[in-house]
Amino acid sequence: MRVLIGLALILALTGAVQPKATLPDIEDEVMCVECRTALNISQSPVANQERAFIREKIAQGLDKQQIKAALVDAYGPDVLAEPQAKGFDLSAWIVPGLLVALTGTGVLLLARRWRRGAVDEPAVADLDPADARRLDADLAAFDR
Amino acid sequence: MDNARGVRGVYPAATTLQGVRPRLYWPITLAAAALIALLAYGVTATGNDTTLDEALAKGERVTAPVAELPRLGASGTGSLADEKGKVVVLNVWASWCPPCKSEMPLLERTHERISSQGGLVLGVDTQEPQEDALRFLHKERITFPSLRDRDREYGRKYGVSAYPETFLIDRSGRIAAIRRGPVSRAWLDQHLTPLLRERT
Repeated sequence: MRVLIGLALILALTGAVQPKATLPDIEDEVMCVECRTALNISQSPVANQERAFIREKIAQGLDKQQIKAALVDAYGPDVLAEPQAKGFDLSAWIVPGLLVALTGTGVLLLARRWRRGAVDEPAVADLDPADARRLDADLAAFDR
Repeated sequence: MDNARGVRGVYPAATTLQGVRPRLYWPITLAAAALIALLAYGVTATGNDTTLDEALAKGERVTAPVAELPRLGASGTGSLADEKGKVVVLNVWASWCPPCKSEMPLLERTHERISSQGGLVLGVDTQEPQEDALRFLHKERITFPSLRDRDREYGRKYGVSAYPETFLIDRSGRIAAIRRGPVSRAWLDQHLTPLLRERT
């Protein structure tokens, strides 16, 4: 009990804060604002400054969302890797959905056409009645 | 039992795309054209704007873009428009940019030199936490004022693509010279000195 109280006292006195986020967890969701690449693969001076900023906020005990909000406050919304739902960035959300819808419609149309063709349209030209009779006879003889 | 008629449906020769193609041709073409247009817009919209450089090359002075921006290390906002009637050395910088750091002493000396002649250096600090910028200014003992272009929106109006970049603004608020890269004493002497002699 004394040990626990002692530890709590040390923590309180040193102001140690339990981290609520990690640098690798945030780095891949943030951009290097100058190089326009993900922060976890950027090595420019501004990328180093962004990392130092994130480490500082982690040390202050901020969670991931709070750190991302602080990054936006410092560097602007372009610092986030996720495209914004406005302006040209909106196309990053709309275009994939449209492509999926268009592809789905195309596949559906093709499938319907394929099925209709399979039922309605003749595979080969009709046999001559004489040939058909001969074929029927041959097949009947073969079954015997 | 199989017979000639029974064989008919086994090989659906009519499953070719005949009849489907004309119906899909226009939607597919339109979708492809829309995607290409979107791509072209994305490339041109994010490319470097060289309008100001082209105007200067033709000997024209274009009115400098203005915007209300937060003052760095002070409350409220400020704008280039507040300095009309003065010659302004508008310098776009950031503390994480090594060439920006290198040219700061020259810019500070220039600010001190031209203040009495109706001129000033106005910094535009870009894309960094305010505390980092202020720490840097304090360390380098920089006294000229700066505005904060947090997300580079203002810099884009000047076609800023790298740091540092400097724009000389005449007393009528028009861009008289552009330096895309660090300034030198020689460049300032060549462009700034005659500008200070001009009257509105």
